[in-house]
Amino acid sequence: METSSGPEIVYLDTNATAPVRPSARAAIAQAMDRYGNPSSVHRSGRDARALVEDAREALAVAVGANPAQVIFTSGATEANALALHGLAGIRSILASAVEHPSVLAHVTAEDHVPVDAAGVINLAALDAALAVRPGPVLLAVMAANNETGVIQPLAEVVAIARRHGALVHCDAVQALGKMPLDMAVLGVDSMALSGHKIGAAKGIGALVLRPGLEAAAQSVGGGQERRRRAGTENTLGIAAFGAVLREIADIVAMAPRIAALRDHLERDLRTRVPALQLFGADGPRLPNTLCMALPGVSSETQIMALDLAHIAVSAGAACSSGKISPSHVLLAMGVAPDLAGCAIRVSLGWDTTAEELDRFKAVFEQVARKRAQAGGTPRSLIGSGA
Amino acid sequence: MAALLNSLGFAKAPAATRVVVAMSGGVDSSVTAAMLKADGYDVVGMTMQLYDHGAATSKSKACCAGQDIYDARRVADRIGIPHYVVDYEGTFKSDVMERFADAYIAGETPVPCILCNQTVKFRDLLKAATDLDADALATGHYVRRVQGDHGSELHRAVDTDRDQSYFLFATTPAQLDMLRFPLGDLTKAETRALGMKLGLHVADKPDSQDICFVPNGSYADVIAKLRPHAAIAGDIVHMDGRVLGRHDGIIHFTVGQRRGLGVGGEVEPLYVVRLEPEAARVVVGPKQALLRNSFSVRGVNWLGGGEGPPAEGLAARVKLRNTQPPVPAQIFPGGVADHLLVVLAAPEGAVTPGQACVIYDGERVLGGGWIERPERERPHNQRGRQAVASV
Repeated sequence: METSSGPEIVYLDTNATAPVRPSARAAIAQAMDRYGNPSSVHRSGRDARALVEDAREALAVAVGANPAQVIFTSGATEANALALHGLAGIRSILASAVEHPSVLAHVTAEDHVPVDAAGVINLAALDAALAVRPGPVLLAVMAANNETGVIQPLAEVVAIARRHGALVHCDAVQALGKMPLDMAVLGVDSMALSGHKIGAAKGIGALVLRPGLEAAAQSVGGGQERRRRAGTENTLGIAAFGAVLREIADIVAMAPRIAALRDHLERDLRTRVPALQLFGADGPRLPNTLCMALPGVSSETQIMALDLAHIAVSAGAACSSGKISPSHVLLAMGVAPDLAGCAIRVSLGWDTTAEELDRFKAVFEQVARKRAQAGGTPRSLIGSGA
Repeated sequence: MAALLNSLGFAKAPAATRVVVAMSGGVDSSVTAAMLKADGYDVVGMTMQLYDHGAATSKSKACCAGQDIYDARRVADRIGIPHYVVDYEGTFKSDVMERFADAYIAGETPVPCILCNQTVKFRDLLKAATDLDADALATGHYVRRVQGDHGSELHRAVDTDRDQSYFLFATTPAQLDMLRFPLGDLTKAETRALGMKLGLHVADKPDSQDICFVPNGSYADVIAKLRPHAAIAGDIVHMDGRVLGRHDGIIHFTVGQRRGLGVGGEVEPLYVVRLEPEAARVVVGPKQALLRNSFSVRGVNWLGGGEGPPAEGLAARVKLRNTQPPVPAQIFPGGVADHLLVVLAAPEGAVTPGQACVIYDGERVLGGGWIERPERERPHNQRGRQAVASV
């Protein structure tokens, strides 16, 4: 495979997935020796069970929750589905228009709460939508957006929801590890988390419920996860998740360093590529995320050119085919489709260095310069019409 | 200097020569990519997403990508090259599918593969390759690009059964400069053998059939989807003015067609000799009514050097559809820009408006254009009371 050789990759796609952290690697190796089934009563089973429960406690501590209310899932997609379908007594669901597809897939377009040009949920529209909607309503609002990094005003969202008796489900996948996250402080009713976004492992996530709330199992069979999610536990993933969550305070503490790198990059690019358009950059934002468009150069072209120079960034929503469609997030922010089709997302990692960003800048400026010189498709390459 | 050129004609090492390969997922383009990679080139694979495969095959839950995209990606993985899917759904719809539909509605029989080569492939994909600083764009077409004294020339493939030059007549000289066709010297059997040798899982994949965006062969359904209400029922009329029957829309007919007319009781077999979109009429007549000595072509692309054929005419051979051998003709400049007049040495019955007329000098493609409807040359009686003779 191409990825196994060649120069070092400058990896700036942390919001897609983060490199596996050393603590996760060690935890997985250790968990492989604890091969028992956590449901078995014998010692091997008990050892594996302890590993799962240790991780559950670590998760509860990391996000200010009760361990009994942590349900391990295969990832955030499943956690979102479990919340949206499993929470008792819900009559309808509202979701911000910039939610992840794993949330939006459960609602129709009429159930979207609009965002403003800055990518922030429109609180007045939310208030109005909740006022006319017969309850009980479940409102899904993410903590921070995966494409723009824009942080949603969850405290206000929760206050409005409370007034109307609505529950709030929060997809906190991107916020975890990049900003302090305390479920009790935020006051949300449920929260979806993902392991691989913080360098644990793919295939592990969790739904965390507020005390007193219950979720009906969507997969049934065994009684795992207190009968809320059947299936033998992914002990390797759970162990890795727990290991990284134990370090979460240290990880979050790196945010200022990453934000400084990102801000420096942003300033440089603004100066050197005046045509650049930034999205969501004027309000509260994740420290590592930079969403920007280079007008006239498609996302595809930028990503391919950067990839061939061994730099990894991403754009919009990639289908499993690899086809890139304009980001629904940017479209919801009122960005013109043409411009949205020229946007890329740069998301720094905890290990990103200034030198790596210099390499990115150099290649990105080349792409931008080339565009400025070409000024469109050369006429000679356009065939005559039929 | 010539001695220092690499196999693609560049004066640098293969490793320093970036070649984008248009990979369809089929055996031809897969072998093209694998060959160039084995020769040490800096190969980048690109696959064009042209239409929603799930929708085209009426499987609403199916992925937008067909199996071909996955095949292309697996080949790229196998040979160790970067591979990208580029989204040309929008431009493919407007430049190929809608023009395909509009041609049928206008009473023509289009060749969408040429439109595709002309637009998404050699305009958009070639630009994408240029954007990535590629030196060349290679495809798996069976055709040869020859470096002549006055620039690049397009020649028929060595494997005449596979020759695809007919579909590439619209390639401009500038495009041709950047294009490479490594399979032009191979037979299909040799390509498959190479694919086997290179360990490609697509080596024995069947050839693609027909038009890619008409997977079940019903092009009328595709037209109905793109241009609802375009199929207007009308009369099937004999050239002598008699109304013989009704039809569901001229889009269901092609000039030269004999079967499926649904009119009987005539002494001699009847053929579609003309389609009249303005009156929604299908005009039928005896076989000899199809014969034409001359016709005009539009949208001309000239690859024969200079501005086009000389005023006194040029003796050449022309191919009027892909499956027919070239026939002798004289080529003259048309009265209008981008037009040519083609005078056949002997009358032909396969002159179908909308098809390409490709002009050859031996193996070399001199250019070509789109066959025009004779109605544009000679107006006819709309009411159809009188007999209207064909040219």
